[in-house]
Amino acid sequence: MSIFSYNGAAIVAMAGKECVAIGSDLRFGVQMQTITCDTPKVFKIHDKLYLGLSGLLTDAQTLHQKLMFRHNLYKLREERDMKPSTFGHMLSNALYERRFGPYFAAPVVAGLEPDGTPFLCGMDTIGAIETAKDFMITGTSPESLYGMCESMWRPDMEPDELFETVAQCLMSGFDRDALAGWGAVIHVITKDKVISRTLKTRMD
Amino acid sequence: MAESQYSFSLTTFSPSGKLVQIEYALNAVAAGATSLGISAADGVVIATEKKLPSALVDETTVQKIMTITPSIGVVYSGMGPDFRVLVRRARKTAQTYYQSYKEHIPVAQLVRETAAVMQEFTQTGGVRPFGVSLMMAGYDDNGPQLYQIDPSGSYFAWKASAIGKNMTNAKAFLEKRYSDEVGIEDAVHTALLTLKEGFEGQLSGANIEVGVVGPNRSFKVLTEAEVNDYLQEVE
Repeated sequence: MSIFSYNGAAIVAMAGKECVAIGSDLRFGVQMQTITCDTPKVFKIHDKLYLGLSGLLTDAQTLHQKLMFRHNLYKLREERDMKPSTFGHMLSNALYERRFGPYFAAPVVAGLEPDGTPFLCGMDTIGAIETAKDFMITGTSPESLYGMCESMWRPDMEPDELFETVAQCLMSGFDRDALAGWGAVIHVITKDKVISRTLKTRMD
Repeated sequence: MAESQYSFSLTTFSPSGKLVQIEYALNAVAAGATSLGISAADGVVIATEKKLPSALVDETTVQKIMTITPSIGVVYSGMGPDFRVLVRRARKTAQTYYQSYKEHIPVAQLVRETAAVMQEFTQTGGVRPFGVSLMMAGYDDNGPQLYQIDPSGSYFAWKASAIGKNMTNAKAFLEKRYSDEVGIEDAVHTALLTLKEGFEGQLSGANIEVGVVGPNRSFKVLTEAEVNDYLQEVE
């Protein structure tokens, strides 16, 4: 049993035309047993920046708290929100600081830069960062998620199209995954608002 | 007088509420060569007298204006060695920031951190305050900025200011000449004229140092030839 598949998760983030969307499943389980189906794995950092964390849920939660701590201090000192690209690098640095005792979490960062361009990046458990222009995924069934995203993603999608695409990729991706699913939540981030939708899916 | 009974220890307040060591540190600054800075609409200029103790000193090896990041430079009045220690610390702070955020440190943040170091040395046991005031100039997302940092650790943003030996006269001169709309070229001329006011002898590229940062966000110390060119324009 791998530490990364102890809890289970599925996270998809995609870039559209001046918008990004990020979604995750809602299952919280301990190996075979499902505990709840209302645990999203996507967290808001600020209005234009969302963070998805897969892997061991306790590490994901702690990482999220530590990052909120750092972002809050940054906001107080610099009197501005952190840019998504800056956040990604800070997160990469923070993960590498624990190189020999890492957080068992794989993050996906999705947001809009101050000039409106979408920003997506993902990294492994020790902070190797990779930026993407199309989509970023992480979870317990990466092959399914990659397959879905690769075939369904198109450039320059409008927010509503983007939502549909992320929803379909996420749902079909985690359908074959015993450890992820049980509902989904998707946030679509645009210049002036964020639309969050919760999906009812197969509850198995 | 009663004050001097409290001037032996840094960490002891005098009856009037002063930390006498800091007052004395400011005296060290006031005895140093004049430095000044002017913040223009599209850039910042800092300049200083490079008064060398003897004609035999190789002035090309003396550097009073230092770069901290590609967009931030700093000049001082006071004790040279103390300045170099602060520059080392400031450079390290800036690099640590860049390593975490992959973004160059904003001027105000660097000023805050450097001022915090200077304040530490006014409250720790066994150390003395730095005998320098710094003039930090930089250009970031908030535009051109000029800050002064004192030995106490207090810092102020200035439109134009001077520190060191001739500061009162220099500041009076700057007050008369400053205007919000000056461009960087005019600011350099004003800086040179201000230095000239208190200078004994003839100004030349060899006995002053000038640093400039413009909208290209690249802080540069002017070469001797460039300074001489500006001086000619000012004559």
